[in-house]
Amino acid sequence: MTDQKLIINDCTLRDGMHALAHQYTVDQMVEIAKKLDEAKIDLIEVSHGDGLNGNSVNYGFSRHTEEEYITAVRDVLTHSKLAALLLPGIGTREDIKMAKDLGVDTIRIATHCTEADISRQHIEYARSLDMDVVGFLMMAHMIPTSQLVEQAKLMESYGAHCVYVTDSAGALLMHETTEKITAMRENLDVQIGFHNHHNLGLGVANTILAIEAGAHRVDGSVAGMGAGAGNCPLEVLIAVTERMNINTGVDLYPLMDAADKLVRPLQQRPVQTDGNALMLGYAGVYSSFLLHTERAAKLHDVDPRDILVELGNRRMIGGQEDMIVDVALDLKRKKTT
Amino acid sequence: MNTSENTTTGVAILGSGNIGTDLLIKIQEKCPSLHVEMMVGIDPDSDGLAKARARGVKTTHEGIDGLINDTDVLERTKIVFDATSAGAHARHHELLTAHGKRIVDLTPAAIGPYVVPVANLKEHIDQPNVNMVTCGGQATIPIIWALSQLTEVFYGEIVASISSRSAGPGTRANIDEFTVTTSRGIEQVGGAQKGKAIIILNPADPPLIMRDTVYALCKPADQDKLAAAIKDVVKEVALYVPGYRLVQEPVFELFDEPGIFIPGTGHVTCLKVSTFLEVEGAGDYLPKYAGNLDIMTSAAMRVGEIIAKRLQAL
Repeated sequence: MTDQKLIINDCTLRDGMHALAHQYTVDQMVEIAKKLDEAKIDLIEVSHGDGLNGNSVNYGFSRHTEEEYITAVRDVLTHSKLAALLLPGIGTREDIKMAKDLGVDTIRIATHCTEADISRQHIEYARSLDMDVVGFLMMAHMIPTSQLVEQAKLMESYGAHCVYVTDSAGALLMHETTEKITAMRENLDVQIGFHNHHNLGLGVANTILAIEAGAHRVDGSVAGMGAGAGNCPLEVLIAVTERMNINTGVDLYPLMDAADKLVRPLQQRPVQTDGNALMLGYAGVYSSFLLHTERAAKLHDVDPRDILVELGNRRMIGGQEDMIVDVALDLKRKKTT
Repeated sequence: MNTSENTTTGVAILGSGNIGTDLLIKIQEKCPSLHVEMMVGIDPDSDGLAKARARGVKTTHEGIDGLINDTDVLERTKIVFDATSAGAHARHHELLTAHGKRIVDLTPAAIGPYVVPVANLKEHIDQPNVNMVTCGGQATIPIIWALSQLTEVFYGEIVASISSRSAGPGTRANIDEFTVTTSRGIEQVGGAQKGKAIIILNPADPPLIMRDTVYALCKPADQDKLAAAIKDVVKEVALYVPGYRLVQEPVFELFDEPGIFIPGTGHVTCLKVSTFLEVEGAGDYLPKYAGNLDIMTSAAMRVGEIIAKRLQAL
């Protein structure tokens, strides 16, 4: 464990967008943000679920523009800093500039775990704007630790202040989490972060292991509000860290209130480790595929689990939501012939 | 006098990387109307220049100056393909246009208008410099263009998935240029009122063939006619990119009132058309999975061929 205070990065308003098909109202975001701020969360991330400029047919259109969400949340924060996510290939430097101009402090640049070099443009640009810059290596379960470290070192060399092990599929086992964070700590000079999904029911457990292995920043969402079975449930994590005497500086009660009174009532489709969500972790599939898969399964009358397994077989990665319909159409054809 | 000399047009290729070398092989093997006079590189030890020498093509490793200073070769060269970089292209453009050469630009520089052969080459046939947009643009703009000939396309979006191994250092260092340039091409050439482009690099091994998905939100129109137009344009592109094909029947979804909500735009009642494509490369110099590179070189060669025919006719 590090001696520095652990930095908590909330994802309720960004990863949580996936769970609502990007349909938060501005008011809902503001009410949740006020509670997070009251709880003294360090960083609150606001973006489309797929990062800035994620509004698209492929990923879904949000109810409001990113400018509207970011501005509204910014205006109610007294303690917390604002973060935003950006995926090169979806968003561009122009979006980083927009976020910076709206008062976003931290930009997190996310690439697939083997493609760190496409983040150079964005990391260097964000550094030139004097932002706090995080590199975010997604689907970290897919490659050996040594390769992950190499990719992380690229992000470090471009100027990232922190590099994340991102378990986008919620597929990392416990010993793998410890191994990856430990290796990152040993080989990098910058901060290390951990983000995960609860698809195998290891949301809190793996995050605690990451903290014990020396992670400086960890992510979570209130009531788990995130893609798939959700993220590490933040109020549970904080309860556990308090019991362990780990200093987060976060107050538990406002988070519990936010979870019970604000977030859970919004979940039309419960964010939980049910069959389809479990399948994501089991097959190692990107968590935000869940709702898109359920929609395609219904439209084309095939089993969503078959779609998820096939997506895993085809080695599809984050962002390839278009291939969900492609797989569904193939399965449908197979069924009828 | 050999009659072929009357009908072949001399060309030069700038850049001896993957794209330049694939283009060299394609032209030599598949395009009798073009003759490669010189292959221009900056690295004497590059594989591309070695390939060119082995194939009997004159080479220089002194960049554009090596071409300009070789007066015989320059005289014979009518069209120059630039497969270097956007940064280098500006100077190439100045020098070459000063000598009256026609330029087919495969870099993201876009000094000249965007060209997608099946859609708008005729319009720009006499331009001194034409730009090939991007690989994703060459693969997807034909679909948007075909739809916009029959109905209004309010919004066009494409997702290009390419194998990580086929994305060179230039693409990787400039990924924003892909999204920005392709989006503009969807609007300017494809005719969509608003364009959006997404690119995904997938590291799967064995490498995956390039996939492209095109979404168009259109004013509702006869679906059979739209489907037929998509199939026709795919056939037309396949004439110059043999590995270009439809993977699924086009999918149509009608969004009646209130329609699809796009933040910043509002509700759009529309017909959503989804087209699933695959581009398998010819495997000339680059492996077959690199359909993204193949479609650039194939489309550029097609443009060169048509410009050559035009120059011969003048």
